[in-house]
Amino acid sequence: MEDFFFARSLMALSLAFHIVFAVMGIGMPLLMAMAEGKYLRTKEPVYLDLAKRWARGTAILFAVGAVSGTVLSFELGLLWPDFMAVAGGVIGMPFSLEGFAFFTEAIFLGIYLYAWDRMPPLAHWLSGVVVAVSGALSGVFVITANAWMNAPVGFDLVDGVITNVDPVAAMMNPAALQQIIHMILASYVAVGFAVSAVHAFFLRKDRTSTFHRYAFGLALLMAMVSIPLELVSGDRIAKMTAVLQPPKFAAMEAHYHTESGAPLVIGGLPDDAEMETRYALEIPYGLSFLAHGDVGAEVTGLDAYPRDEWPNVTIVHWAFDIMVGCGMMMFVLALWTGWKWARTRRLPDDPRLLLALIAAGPLGFIAIEAGWIVTEVGRQPWIIWGVLRTEDAVTPVSGLAAPFIAFTVLYVFLSVVLVFLLKRQFLETHSGNHRS
Amino acid sequence: MYETILALVMLAALVLYALFAGADYGGGMWDLLAFGPNRRQQRDAIADAIGPVWEANHVWLILVIVLLFSAFPPAFGMIMTALFMPMILILIGIVLRGTTFVFRKYDLQRDAVHRRWSAIFGIASFLTPFFLGLSLGALATGDIRVEEGVIISGFYAGWTTAFAVGCGLFAQGLFAYLAAVYMTVETEDNPAVQRDFQIRSLISAVTLAPAALLVYLLAGDGAPYLFDGLSQWWSPPIGAAVSLLGIGAVVALWVRRFAWARVAAVLQVTLILVGWGLAQFPYVIVPDVTFADAATAPATLRLLTLILGAGTVLLLPAFAYLFYIFKRRRLPADSR
Repeated sequence: MEDFFFARSLMALSLAFHIVFAVMGIGMPLLMAMAEGKYLRTKEPVYLDLAKRWARGTAILFAVGAVSGTVLSFELGLLWPDFMAVAGGVIGMPFSLEGFAFFTEAIFLGIYLYAWDRMPPLAHWLSGVVVAVSGALSGVFVITANAWMNAPVGFDLVDGVITNVDPVAAMMNPAALQQIIHMILASYVAVGFAVSAVHAFFLRKDRTSTFHRYAFGLALLMAMVSIPLELVSGDRIAKMTAVLQPPKFAAMEAHYHTESGAPLVIGGLPDDAEMETRYALEIPYGLSFLAHGDVGAEVTGLDAYPRDEWPNVTIVHWAFDIMVGCGMMMFVLALWTGWKWARTRRLPDDPRLLLALIAAGPLGFIAIEAGWIVTEVGRQPWIIWGVLRTEDAVTPVSGLAAPFIAFTVLYVFLSVVLVFLLKRQFLETHSGNHRS
Repeated sequence: MYETILALVMLAALVLYALFAGADYGGGMWDLLAFGPNRRQQRDAIADAIGPVWEANHVWLILVIVLLFSAFPPAFGMIMTALFMPMILILIGIVLRGTTFVFRKYDLQRDAVHRRWSAIFGIASFLTPFFLGLSLGALATGDIRVEEGVIISGFYAGWTTAFAVGCGLFAQGLFAYLAAVYMTVETEDNPAVQRDFQIRSLISAVTLAPAALLVYLLAGDGAPYLFDGLSQWWSPPIGAAVSLLGIGAVVALWVRRFAWARVAAVLQVTLILVGWGLAQFPYVIVPDVTFADAATAPATLRLLTLILGAGTVLLLPAFAYLFYIFKRRRLPADSR
């Protein structure tokens, strides 16, 4: 039992760590390619400078993403050998495709980083575009595999044995498209807000720095375009979850009793024993409307399922509210920014807005971490929804506390070093208007 | 049929991993062992050689792992269970090596912090190949036993044997040798450093021969199936070719025909791994699990093969282009 706990904790830790870099690997190359594209069109050297600076950040983050992703691919077998024995043949396909996307990304990132003066400018920019596209494709394939765990199709289960495997049908599982859209957009939102926060910080100190103005402008553009789309996608994925995984949905909303005209429960303390959520903010009919677009609709509650098939309601409910809360805050900021821009028709650099954007820097990443907690903890006790329980998939190896501690130390060490390094990288440049 | 193709692709990917990433590990070892008046330039040359390509080189390992779990999922679970401990150590090594290399590269201030990253990079470059070789060796020992899909030999079988340890040490030696030979070509514009790597590659070439013999002798007791495999008809020619190539490499190094030494070293390593692969086939885990036993549904295998074919057609040119950009001055035809 203790080993099961440490297996789950190690997996959660590795995922939580890797996701940050996976997201950076999707968002940063796009920014870097945008900056170089601007340079090719405008010939303003600041944009070239910016592309190079962002490329260095991308290189550092990509390296950590590559190795932490390697850890995950091993851990699938190290911690969940029976999961892989069942799932490998069905969802190995997207993992193989991801391998190719990742390979493309690594090759062209190598070219991009080291061949600034060894190839024609347009070809160099194109290699950056390839990095951005293959980065996003890597994400698409991994999310496809995860979506299959939520909506497993493409096989028949006969007496506990998987037969009639159809890997294409498994890839086309009903959760895949919504999850992909939601996560890729989330990456652009998170990176957009985080990067604009960094440059807003320097811009506040020196409003005349063209370097940080241009950087801030591009990152802000990415964030502002993505966040409203992300809200729409969030609504669609919630409706999908209500249909595909009603217990997960019920846990997200701390919704214990099946009822019509269900209220939306925000915050509060879910109590499984009493089957009620105390101290919560309730919006009448809100849940029925959000889940089914009809204030009178019936929403299935946790009471429709045996107790041993419930996920941890408190964790899932709070993670969900945190995710949505972060998304709402970012959306409000986007409205504020858009309003400023519409009024002045120039880069909004109002000091109060800059301060708010600096504060909002981590929101996208908090939302992503919380969102993955919703997806993964919400799927429990299943590792493959309705097919295989997590506890039945865990490795027989004991003493898992040791690797858990080792990787915790390793990741803490890497995080500290990274912050230190990125700081050294930035402090070196923040002073003003170079070469422009 | 498809499982054989996929097994061959895995072997090919493993060979490429050894040839490319193996040399990157070797570079890390020489970085740690850098000494003499040119040690700073040795380190810089190593960093320049690895920098643009290491991420792409690393992906060959991912390909092996992904193929193992998509095409032979039960074998993946069994290997990861039986070799849990060395695999965890490999992972820690991979993480530390990759990150410290990049940290060092992008940390522009050459101070104490910088040197510390170099040290971690070097140590991780030594340990990872050791555990990789150890793990591969363990699969051939026949000590890892499986019954009805469950490992029954515990979590220490196989990799704690003398043969497996020998394989680990041999992998280290092989990678160090490859790296030193490559570096003689990479440092053509700096004769002093090139001489350093010439000496290093000669030393490692000469050390490697008795090490190979030792692993072979250890296999007699430690990996009997593999040992028997090595007595089949194709074994003597491969063995002879490896020895001749080894001698050829030493001669080429001696007379400073470095580009040819590199060709010889590449062929040598390729043949060693191919020989090992042939000797161990059809087993993933000797003696209980064959590739056919562990193969997943035929539909998946067929699609995987198709994807691999298509992916290779798309990617090999890109991979070649990467090397063309950074290594084009260093093909045999161009060197004296």
